[in-house]
Amino acid sequence: MTKLAVSSISPASSVQDGGRFGAQRYGLTPSGAMDRLGLVAANCLAGNGLFTPAIEIGPYGAAFKAREGAVRVAMSGTPRVAEIAGRTVAWDTSVTIADGETLKLGLAQGGAFSYLAIEGGLRGEPMFGSFSVNARVGLGTPFPRALQAGDELSVAAASPGPERRIDLPQAVTGPIRIVLGPQNDEFSNEAVTLFLDSEWKISATSDRMGYRLEGPVIKHLHGHNIVSDGTVNGSIQVPGNGQPIVLMSDRGTSGGYPKIATVITADFGRFAQIPAGTAFRFRAVSMEEAQLEARKFAELLRTLPDRLAAIESFDLNIEALQDANVAGVAVSAVDARTWQVSLPAGVLTQE
Amino acid sequence: MAAPFSPPRLLPSGDSAITVEFSRRIDDEASRRVLALDRILAREPIAGVSETIPTYRSLLVHYDPTKIDFATLGQKLAELAQRPVPASEKSRLWRIPVTYGGEYGVDLEDVAKMLGTTPDNIVARHVAGDYRVAMIGFTPGWSYLSGLQDFLHTSRRQNPRLLTPAGTVSIGGVQTGVQCIAGPSGWHLLGCTPVRTYQLHRDPIFLLEPGDRVKFYQIDAKTYAEQDRAAEHGEIIAELVAA
Repeated sequence: MTKLAVSSISPASSVQDGGRFGAQRYGLTPSGAMDRLGLVAANCLAGNGLFTPAIEIGPYGAAFKAREGAVRVAMSGTPRVAEIAGRTVAWDTSVTIADGETLKLGLAQGGAFSYLAIEGGLRGEPMFGSFSVNARVGLGTPFPRALQAGDELSVAAASPGPERRIDLPQAVTGPIRIVLGPQNDEFSNEAVTLFLDSEWKISATSDRMGYRLEGPVIKHLHGHNIVSDGTVNGSIQVPGNGQPIVLMSDRGTSGGYPKIATVITADFGRFAQIPAGTAFRFRAVSMEEAQLEARKFAELLRTLPDRLAAIESFDLNIEALQDANVAGVAVSAVDARTWQVSLPAGVLTQE
Repeated sequence: MAAPFSPPRLLPSGDSAITVEFSRRIDDEASRRVLALDRILAREPIAGVSETIPTYRSLLVHYDPTKIDFATLGQKLAELAQRPVPASEKSRLWRIPVTYGGEYGVDLEDVAKMLGTTPDNIVARHVAGDYRVAMIGFTPGWSYLSGLQDFLHTSRRQNPRLLTPAGTVSIGGVQTGVQCIAGPSGWHLLGCTPVRTYQLHRDPIFLLEPGDRVKFYQIDAKTYAEQDRAAEHGEIIAELVAA
């Protein structure tokens, strides 16, 4: 049985997929990937179904070793330096780790979470239709907890065939878009304006359950206790201290603090990727705009496989160049971001 | 004809969920209307609605905005919320055993002192109640019950406990409840039940449904120990008295 062994891994790393929806009425937290675009892109690259379980990697580094066979993996989400046996691997591509070799990933660069999808997915029994880890409740496959160094994941042996790259759309930038409500009337107009006009930072004490925000104190009109009602991914609740908490994938299914606004679906993953300490702002949009963006985002995920391309042609070019004995220099001259082969002037014209 | 009910408030919870709010407070009529709308949506599904989460005063309706939009769904929900609430909706009644006091309910003595009575009187009043599961939330199987008699209403603890045991039966404010998984709580712990309201490898995984009725009865520590072992092996323990 081929295995992917976890040699080292960042805290806050776990197996995640699309989540376990459908039992929130029994108090079951959905969990699931914090950044669905990252999860889906990695799975496309690995040749998997869009929401196949993958490894969500926290902000620090990680290393994975292939054992008893080669393993094809793919990386997306927040970019990192990636290398196998000293060779740099481009981000947002698939790569095959040969038996006994190790893929090393550096720190997350400009974000929080990266996704490592494994061709063929992971072996194991889903719980409520999902592999997603929810350590608080003891759910998750193959381990009901965060991943640790020494864990071994049973995987499929790598298939033959070219590696893949993907042309992701230009990343969305600008303020995180929200829809006001459901309890914005628990706040004065001044408090809502202060919330919308202020710069916020994500506290270092944040986790997959909630992102605590640091900024001005948002005061309630009638106190901070409301009768508990249901929550969604992106609910922005304001507890007694006036410092908002954005509820994330491992949220409780109900909560008793007023919710001033909700992050729109299309921006939830982008928000999840904001590193602790980085300043950002919110912007309120209409329901019509939020739903239009949600539909566009769903369409983007659905059509992501159309953006795949094989890397084979470039490999062949490189081999051809090597065969023509024109240089090792050509091999390292592939631009990892654009996949354009740039050669020093004159190389190809050499005799 | 005049509408029989005041219309609920339709509050946006982002672009993929609507909070249908019947009241801002815990009140029995609101809870009945929440559960009635929940049952209607279970019997007559609306395309695009993925799941519903009843609470004391509101129904959270999750939907897929690629299939139905806020305005269309909101209008449908408002219409359905006007349907009369059946007077005697059939609901299941569960009898749930509880060991009260001592190490099983460390706050029983204090609650008795606070309310100026004896622990036995607290237990007698708690088992006399005919409760209804108003909502399940926070952690899997944590069942919030309505119908706690006024005498047992208390303010919550000044300092919530970071960890309370699995199976705890407690009171807080105007509510009583059963928690399944150990976790934080600011409520007063009266006792412990061997019944698992959530157990992964059992059929059913979740024992109680929002809308079910619950009555408690007292057992001694020896019975608790026996039933707890049986429950651990997947026995339901709770008795289904009426369906």
